[in-house]
Amino acid sequence: MADTKELRVRDKQEVTTSTEQTRPGRVFTPAVDIFETERNITLLADMPGVTSQGLQIDLRDGVLTLSGEVKPFEGADEAEVLIEFETGTYYRQFTLSETIDQSKIQAKFVDGVLRLVLPKVEKAIPRKITIQTV
Amino acid sequence: MMTRFWTNSPTWGFRDAFSQLNRLRDQMDLLSEVMLRGRPVRSPATTGVFPSINLTEDPDRYYVRAELPGMKADALDIQVVGRNLTISGERKIESIGEEARYHRREREAGKFSRVLGLPGEIDAERVEAQLINGMLQIVIPKAAAAKPKQISIK
Repeated sequence: MADTKELRVRDKQEVTTSTEQTRPGRVFTPAVDIFETERNITLLADMPGVTSQGLQIDLRDGVLTLSGEVKPFEGADEAEVLIEFETGTYYRQFTLSETIDQSKIQAKFVDGVLRLVLPKVEKAIPRKITIQTV
Repeated sequence: MMTRFWTNSPTWGFRDAFSQLNRLRDQMDLLSEVMLRGRPVRSPATTGVFPSINLTEDPDRYYVRAELPGMKADALDIQVVGRNLTISGERKIESIGEEARYHRREREAGKFSRVLGLPGEIDAERVEAQLINGMLQIVIPKAAAAKPKQISIK
């Protein structure tokens, strides 16, 4: 079947950690794609409703932390008729192996999708070793 | 069946063994949702159509919001016919190239189409839609006849 498949609804994944949030509101885990090429590891995260100012990317001790603040959209005098999803902060952490060159990480945020390119350290790029024939 | 229709009591009627348990489970789910969230929330996975929508209103307008990350405005089609709002489109995810290997794949691509029936008459000429940071926001003014009118008592 060559037809494009239809998108299905999935519940937003809510974070259930033992640590409490200091600010009130829900916390959700953004859906993430991670893929690797020879030179980079690229991470794409769906974080709709986050603004560039509300997005924080933190990297320390080999742990990458993504955090996106979402302000409530409903105005104060709007009455709810049908609510199917909640909004709240997006939060996810990843452990990076030491092969990432942390000073060269690039981040772009377009249409609610964060694109993080993590370049591998030079010595982690596979090098072909040629065998000399005598 | 007639006894079920007239009395709506679980003890009458000849349904299958599990329908009563299903009803009880649904009611208990609804009850626990009300206690947790303060209002009934149907899980989107049960109502089933993508995208999930929040519909709110104030006296003059309806507001429809949906999360559509990675969608460009020209890939999205919004139509209004009568009181029905149709949101459809296709989300595409760019291919990553031959040599790339996925470690994790959670985002989905595909087509979607959803029709939402609004509760009252609307002014289709003045509907406005915005797509900002992956969040779709549609403002739908109500028809003049559908707005609440304050009646003063003489």
